[in-house]
Amino acid sequence: MGLSADELLAKCREAFGERILDAHQHCEDATVVIPRDAALEIFQALRDRPEFGFNMLVDVTAVDYLGQKPRFEVVTHLHSLSNNHRLRVKIRVPEDEPWVHSLVPIWKGANWVERECWDMFGIRFVGHPDLRRILMYEEFVGHPLRKDYPVEKRQPLTEERDPIEVGWKV
Amino acid sequence: MAADDLALRAEVDPIEEIMELQMGPSHPATHGTIKFNLKLDGETVINCDVEVGYLHRGFEKMCENGTWTQAIPYTDRLNYVSPLINNVGFILAVERLCGVEVPPRCQVIRVIMSEVSRICDHLTCLGMASQELGAQTVAFFMIEGRELLWDIIEAVTGARVTISYTRIGGVTHDLTPDTPNRIRSALTHLRALLDDCDKLLTRNRIFYDRMVGIGAMSAADAIDHGLTGPLLRASGVPYDVRKAQPYSGYERFDFEVPVGAQGDNYDRFLVRMNEMEQSMRIIEQALRELPDGPVSIADPRFVLPEKHEVYNSIEGLMHHFKLIMEGAKVPPGEVYQAVEGGNGELGFYVVSDGSGRPYRCRVRAPCFFGMAALGEMMRGIMVADIVPTFGMINMIGGECDR
Repeated sequence: MGLSADELLAKCREAFGERILDAHQHCEDATVVIPRDAALEIFQALRDRPEFGFNMLVDVTAVDYLGQKPRFEVVTHLHSLSNNHRLRVKIRVPEDEPWVHSLVPIWKGANWVERECWDMFGIRFVGHPDLRRILMYEEFVGHPLRKDYPVEKRQPLTEERDPIEVGWKV
Repeated sequence: MAADDLALRAEVDPIEEIMELQMGPSHPATHGTIKFNLKLDGETVINCDVEVGYLHRGFEKMCENGTWTQAIPYTDRLNYVSPLINNVGFILAVERLCGVEVPPRCQVIRVIMSEVSRICDHLTCLGMASQELGAQTVAFFMIEGRELLWDIIEAVTGARVTISYTRIGGVTHDLTPDTPNRIRSALTHLRALLDDCDKLLTRNRIFYDRMVGIGAMSAADAIDHGLTGPLLRASGVPYDVRKAQPYSGYERFDFEVPVGAQGDNYDRFLVRMNEMEQSMRIIEQALRELPDGPVSIADPRFVLPEKHEVYNSIEGLMHHFKLIMEGAKVPPGEVYQAVEGGNGELGFYVVSDGSGRPYRCRVRAPCFFGMAALGEMMRGIMVADIVPTFGMINMIGGECDR
């Protein structure tokens, strides 16, 4: 293993100072919370600076803390192949403005996971080249992994589509 | 549709124009429901938009609506070719939240069964891919090999695919007394089969020409796309979760991480062939040093009481009732646990709020990232090369679409 969680968090605090809203470790997983506006700069630095070296985006997802303010947390997991350490980065997102900056310009692998996060949670990724639903179909109403989406809810049947009329985006 | 529209469409010459072709979602060569929206210039793919989601069943939503233990059968149905690795990955995440250490025998059993599953996964991937390239014999050999291992899995867990073998703090059953010997003889048989497959495929002119240089991806691109497992290793990056962040005692075993050089389909094939040999080495070492002892902890917070206690004492009955009805109370917190699945880094990000149910259970599916990169891999290849390139991703619908 590379750096321990505490060492990594100390490095983050040193590098980003007040832009780290919160940093903690739990079960040896390091977590930092960053503000939405500074996110792109911080992610870019996390990838480019050799002491971090997070060259792999592992996952982007969200958690819906219904009833809390802000309601959503967008959770990004990063991994550094060169230094062999992991970091979890969270951005808190309010319910009325559910958007964050897209990470596609930094890691290509963000494309599909961000689409999935939009599909499941309705969080917009500003700057994403192609933010369509991915697991659900276009006519689906709502975002199923939100806590206020009932598990037994049914969706209406959709009209049959003529694939040529629709003009599939290729 | 209006008649003049049809007439207009008939005038378009597909040789001159860019042709749009939809392959799937139900296509005999795509084992898994998936759709490729292709743009073709003659027979060359210029662009490919991959559509997934046909097998989406809301795994993550279902997990939030049951107890932690009830989520284990759902994990079987992620990568249903190697369900054991999913079981192990999920339960390791939960055990880290609980702060539970499993007994040594249980750790080794999990390693053995994970490696058996990994071999099954690779056999399925390579067997099906070679069948699509016309090597029917190899497919039969590999399925025969998989059958040998599934018989063992069945003998140990009671099921072939939907096994639900792990529990918080252990596994459901110990190995049967004859399992080590059965595994040894199965491995001998499997080695002979793989030797035949190697002779039939690796230097086979047709197979070689169909695989070399197709669907190649550089190491930098592969990392950027978040590829892991055999796809990343074929590009020459020796990243394996079992080596980088060992879990369940993998650090005690001696094995190598095979890597490729070109990152093309042929390297992906070779990496998987070599990994099966390495998995067999791990299994043999594990069988040699299999310790005695219990296969589960006895912590009453997480483990069901023995049946005679349930039927003969009120405490046992209440304990059983509470664990079944309310679920094991996993301490609040969140954890990301990665394991090396058949297709790469399989990650479970679980959040607990201290109740008996998962607050959030997220799966990082390795082949989802492979499918995301597939569009780029396909650019510039021929229509006939789509199928082997797709085959080497080894998309498992249950895992990709969750």
